[in-house]
Amino acid sequence: MTIEQLLLMRHEIMLLIAAVIILIIELSAGKDNKSLMIPAAVIIFSLVTFIGFLPIETGKLFGGSYNTSDMIILMKNSLNIGVLIVIIQSAGWLKHSFENFDNSGGYFFIIISSVIGMDFMISAGDFLMFYIGLELATIPIAALAAVEKMKRRSSEAGIKLILSAALSSGILLFGISILYATNGSLFFSSLSSDNLNSSLQILAFIFVFTGVAFKISLVPFHLWTADVYEGAPVNISSFLSSISKASAVFILIILLFTVFNSLVSVWNTVLYYTAVITMTIGNLFAIRQQNMKRFLAFSSIAQAGFIPLGIIGGTQFGISAVIYFLLIYIFSNLGAFGVVSAISNATGKENMDDYNGLYRTNPKLSLVMMLSLFSLAGIPPVAGFFGKFFLFTAAAVQGYYILVFIAVVNATISLYYYLLVVKAMFINKSDSPIEFINNDNYTKAGLLICAIGIIIIGFAGIIFEFIESASTGI
Amino acid sequence: MDLILLILVPVLTLAALMTAGTKAQARMIAAAGTGVQLVLSVYLVIVYLMERGSGNIEQMLFTEKYVWFNTLNIYFSTGVDGISVSLILLTAIVTFTGVLASWDVDYLYKEFFISLIVLSTGVFGFFISLDLFTMFLFYELAVIPMYLLIGIWGSGKKEYSAMKLTLMLMGASAVLLVGLLGIYSYSSPTGATALTFNIIEIANVDIPVEAQRYFFPMVFIGFGVLGALFPFHTWSPDGHSSAPTAVSMLHAGVLMKMGGYGCLRVAMYLLPEAANEMAWIFIILTSISIVYGAFGAIVQTDLKYINAYSSVSHCGLVLFAILMINEIVMNGAVLQMISHGLMTALFFALIGMIYSRTHTRDIREMTGIMKLMPFLSVCYMIAGFASLGLPGLSGFVAEMTIFVGAFQNTDIFHRSVTILAASSIVITAVYILRVVAKILLGPAGDNLPSGIKDAVWNEKVVTIILIVAIAGMGLVPLWLSDMILNSLGPITEKLALIK
Repeated sequence: MTIEQLLLMRHEIMLLIAAVIILIIELSAGKDNKSLMIPAAVIIFSLVTFIGFLPIETGKLFGGSYNTSDMIILMKNSLNIGVLIVIIQSAGWLKHSFENFDNSGGYFFIIISSVIGMDFMISAGDFLMFYIGLELATIPIAALAAVEKMKRRSSEAGIKLILSAALSSGILLFGISILYATNGSLFFSSLSSDNLNSSLQILAFIFVFTGVAFKISLVPFHLWTADVYEGAPVNISSFLSSISKASAVFILIILLFTVFNSLVSVWNTVLYYTAVITMTIGNLFAIRQQNMKRFLAFSSIAQAGFIPLGIIGGTQFGISAVIYFLLIYIFSNLGAFGVVSAISNATGKENMDDYNGLYRTNPKLSLVMMLSLFSLAGIPPVAGFFGKFFLFTAAAVQGYYILVFIAVVNATISLYYYLLVVKAMFINKSDSPIEFINNDNYTKAGLLICAIGIIIIGFAGIIFEFIESASTGI
Repeated sequence: MDLILLILVPVLTLAALMTAGTKAQARMIAAAGTGVQLVLSVYLVIVYLMERGSGNIEQMLFTEKYVWFNTLNIYFSTGVDGISVSLILLTAIVTFTGVLASWDVDYLYKEFFISLIVLSTGVFGFFISLDLFTMFLFYELAVIPMYLLIGIWGSGKKEYSAMKLTLMLMGASAVLLVGLLGIYSYSSPTGATALTFNIIEIANVDIPVEAQRYFFPMVFIGFGVLGALFPFHTWSPDGHSSAPTAVSMLHAGVLMKMGGYGCLRVAMYLLPEAANEMAWIFIILTSISIVYGAFGAIVQTDLKYINAYSSVSHCGLVLFAILMINEIVMNGAVLQMISHGLMTALFFALIGMIYSRTHTRDIREMTGIMKLMPFLSVCYMIAGFASLGLPGLSGFVAEMTIFVGAFQNTDIFHRSVTILAASSIVITAVYILRVVAKILLGPAGDNLPSGIKDAVWNEKVVTIILIVAIAGMGLVPLWLSDMILNSLGPITEKLALIK
């Protein structure tokens, strides 16, 4: 293997180097210099993110088990941006609330390991690589969800996540083994050239879809979501709800368009009904939530329900719309979670009632929250509007008017509960509002990046064109 | 003239407002920004008339295209014809007077003016857009600040009203969006050209009638909800009564006109076959709006509710006129939009001023206001007369044109609904004269607070500007009606070709 070939795995190698450097810094820093860890991690990961954008060759490795294309690189870069924001945002939590601040190096190491898993998963060319990547992405996160060892809810979240993940992996593996039994190959390319159409293969598809749908938390595989998000530290919840979800959507797209391309009519039907149920159930549950983390959990389930609209037509435009939507979703969701995290770190308050009158005391936090929620709801002029609009366009052009109608009605319902938070912050009055929070610079930077992203991505048509030009080659 | 200026000026005003520290600064910046906007709009009317005078017969003038999402064929294309020019002028007048009328916002003044100007940006953007995508974007941009404006600065059951209004209008935009996307996906039936959102390009395409039958009701209802189409009008009375003065003015005066304009420009113009086929359904609904709104106004005792129901009735007349499909009556529809916009803005401004002095809007608790505030009372009378269609004021011009035009449809159905709609004039007279007699005339009531003073300077400016506009439109309507009539050609041509 030449060095050029090895460099095809640039994203993974960079992440691995970053993870190792962080460990070395932690070991050599000694007890007194632990505060170095956060700036070091931020700088290193910014570098990794930046290098990911440099132009590079694409190709295959290991006889096709690993491959990259412009689109895959784009997906990895979107993930990197999201992870960078998560890392910046977790600084406040690591400093103030994390019981074992000494272990913050470990925290970064685990997060980066999970991202390496996601990158391998997206790049997979056969089911073996895919499965290894998937597990590498999930298991560290379960450790992180349980990281606040002294809190019962956190441990509970970790256990819940690992058990449900194990179950879904089992189902996924069963699906993969059926595929192998019927075709004798694990490679995506040879599976896709065979015509999958027997009922056993359809069953295999359903199993594989279930495994991935669990990670996207599509209904009816969403039951773990709210409990885990509520119990885990806010930053882990935000990681799970944005990065982890986006990576699962990416691999779902790749699987549907390569391995299962001959089952188009089957997966169109499956996606159609999953989309309808996911949006509706997610919305109906979100309306009644009082805890902000549970609220955002159900909102993220509902948001996931919009994604199939882009995939369902099977067009290139639809795929770019999905990637664009996810990029915007990462920014908006991290913005909302960032505010929840800032408030939770400073005061420990996580209920919607606590947000009453927030604008009077913390206008900037409230504005970022409002922007993020409007973006999630799809209100112009912030980016979420464009993301949703393109998803709807992609489905409408393919003639799915009824699905679009259901989706738009759901978007209106979601507006109701997003407005409830806006109402709490801006309209409701409170005798004891949350005091002014003096956030540290990391929190401010994290929220600022989200706010800028939310405002700019919609207006800059060039970003969408860039995504569209890259999302070819499936 | 560069139409993008109409967006840039409010955006710059917003940027300036963010830096404002004190209340005096905030309101000065807002007034200056909207003042510049008003000057620009007057200038736009002048250059538009000059351009037309010099023989330019293009359908849209000052057109401009800015690439936005190239691969999707989405442009920010702007352009105006007589209809949009006159509505832009209306918007500028109402926004400027709205800022002056809210000179004394008592808290969060900066945020108030920012929301107000975001709203007006949405309206201006809507009227200059020639692209369904940007039109929809600006439509939503105009609706969402209403939530904050009513929720934060409103009165009464403001949270309920704000939520109801936002959800009903957003729900309507959901229906509308499906319709617009439907039009988009049929915008190139042969597949020879890329799909497009551009209104002028879509107008040259024949969308299959079967598709039109689905999308026409969606688009018409989507826009119609904003124009208070029965039975989707219920957001309007609650919203208006809870909103602060300037927001009621802008909402009834301008926002509801977006509904009428959208129905005319998108539903009727782009889906003409279905429009001809299905008009009768909506004619029945709008007739109900007209009569029901007027009767609703009779039984209300809150001044704002009276006006809100009268708005339902008058805006119903706009949609009714649009559906009658001939040049004269559609001309009347646009005239009615402008007339109602001015007069209802005046009404709501006056109600706000009266309320700030009497602290009640209940007509049973007020008598003899004429003695206490002669200036405001006389203005209220003028607004009332304009509303009931007194010759010499704007209402007469608009309603006469509508009824004369509507009567030209010779079949029995159109004739009978026209007579029904015309009967609303009488009902209007009842509720207007009842209010005038009840609260303005008679001996001064002793249950009102003592020491009531008449209008101060900013209130005088507001009322005088609006009255001058109303009277001007009533006395010299020809230039306006000609300007609109000339631009209706393409729309009526498209609708009539099919008949």
